[in-house]
Amino acid sequence: MVDSNITTAYLKEKALWVRKETLNIHRIAQETRVASSLSAVEIFVALYYGKVLRYNAKEPRWDGRDRFIISKGHGSISFYPVLADLGYFDPAELKRVCKAGSFLGGIPDPIIPGYESVNGSLGHGIGVGCGMALGLKRKGRDESVFVLVGDGELYEGSMWEGIMFAGEHGLDNLVVIVDNNKICMLDYCSKILDLGPLEQKFSAFKWQVENVDGHDIEKLHAALARLKADRNGRPKVLIADTIKGKGVPALEGEPLSHIMNIPPDRIDAAIEALR
Amino acid sequence: MIIEKKTMRDVFIERICNRMESDRSLFFLSADFGSPKLDKLRADHPDRFVNVGIAEQNLVNVATGLALEGYTVYAYAIAPFMIMRAYEQIRNNLSLLSHTHQVNVNLVGVGGGLSYDVSGPTHHSMEDISIIRTLPNMTVFSPSDWVLAEQFADHTIAAKTPKYLRFDGKPLPNIHDPASKIDLKKGFIELVRGEGVCIVSTGYMTRAALLAVERLAKEGIKTGLIDVFLIKPLPEQQFLDAISGYQHIVTVEEGFAGKGGLDSLAASILNSRQSRQSLTGMGFGDAYVFEMGSRDSLHALSGIDEQGIAEKVRRLARRGA
Repeated sequence: MVDSNITTAYLKEKALWVRKETLNIHRIAQETRVASSLSAVEIFVALYYGKVLRYNAKEPRWDGRDRFIISKGHGSISFYPVLADLGYFDPAELKRVCKAGSFLGGIPDPIIPGYESVNGSLGHGIGVGCGMALGLKRKGRDESVFVLVGDGELYEGSMWEGIMFAGEHGLDNLVVIVDNNKICMLDYCSKILDLGPLEQKFSAFKWQVENVDGHDIEKLHAALARLKADRNGRPKVLIADTIKGKGVPALEGEPLSHIMNIPPDRIDAAIEALR
Repeated sequence: MIIEKKTMRDVFIERICNRMESDRSLFFLSADFGSPKLDKLRADHPDRFVNVGIAEQNLVNVATGLALEGYTVYAYAIAPFMIMRAYEQIRNNLSLLSHTHQVNVNLVGVGGGLSYDVSGPTHHSMEDISIIRTLPNMTVFSPSDWVLAEQFADHTIAAKTPKYLRFDGKPLPNIHDPASKIDLKKGFIELVRGEGVCIVSTGYMTRAALLAVERLAKEGIKTGLIDVFLIKPLPEQQFLDAISGYQHIVTVEEGFAGKGGLDSLAASILNSRQSRQSLTGMGFGDAYVFEMGSRDSLHALSGIDEQGIAEKVRRLARRGA
């Protein structure tokens, strides 16, 4: 159930704060994949601050939680401030990402409270999510499994093994969100191997497909809540159209943004310019 | 002792199938690979059996997800395809993830070594022991007969860690007494106590080694034989104690020699104690086996059949200490 007290203004404010904190992390940890993390900000905000997911920060592995696998793990540095803010760990940890003694790395590992599985090596999330969703169904439990994937990640053949499996087994407790930022490491996906039409590909594998503007927090929030509630015998995919590097003009539209850094001395200006 | 020919997989699956009756936490996945006893399991437990299709990567991924939900999972496939196609899934989702999460996934791989002799090198499994034993947290079980496979079944439920079970593909007679209670944690069984030379073997090769030891005994060469079934974790001190009285150790495995398998395991244990015992590793050379013929004849080509093993021991015995 989505809390009716959650306003769009509140979610927008949180998204702005998460972007700011993501840039602050990037300031001290230049190894982090900032552009890929910025495209997913609204997705994290809608799921957690929008309370689409059931979670318990004090007991991250609580049985009653909805499972959330971030398959595009490298692009989830923006999830660190969300977890810290919600109480999964001490916000002071955000000040030492990638530093000796920190459990917050450039690419997240399952030692971080709130992460369900191994992430960042691409192509694992949907299959593992299928296993969780199947297990929950067999036990008669009503929790959902959400998996965030990158569009470039869909080049991995293992993804399609999982997509085929979920469709065939009617895993309607599984929701995949594609952070469709259209750029992988070296270029636009369309210039490497065109992934489209994604809608028809998922449909052919027996999935229910929806599209949304991944930065329109109101529509995104509503779509996620609706897809979660709809147990119609089909897995769901929400293709969230996003902009890689969203909010930082130097990154937006830049084919090589995945491997670009914002130097520490330009972070303040980038934060200032956040829209 | 009763001697019967059985496949490891059927004995093992029958036991798991029986346990599934009362234990709702067991889940069996297959990558479109079967066995007569699996037919019964799928009929008896359709709610906890899934054929994922010929998709080994997804086999391991789905198994991981189920294990994270608390299931004890069996992922069943032809050994080289599961181990090598899905190696990174095994590394990240079983080995790595089990640092922080309980992941009881049992990779039941059929076709260790040259089990699928005439299917050729794509179906041979020469590298599996080496590449799985290098992964932290993985248990590697390499039984020599169905008695071991049967007794290990209960252990797969009790020990909540990821495991690789390297099963032979063929029906083979038992070596161990079905009436005995095997100490699984010890990791090996001393089959014959000898003098001077001790053979340390695993899997199918224990049978060839046993035949060689019997032949040598008739010649007056008393050779020791240790069957290692737990490649990892092998209790080092107990193993060292068992081989302490010998001057020469000969390992025999159905895999590449000198590349991280049983011979490397023995070498690292001996080196760690600055042992003065000699170590000879017997296995396949640095090449795939394309030749056709019976399994034992293929072993003979590489000098690791019963005769080859016996000859190696004779030379060492003549050399003495």
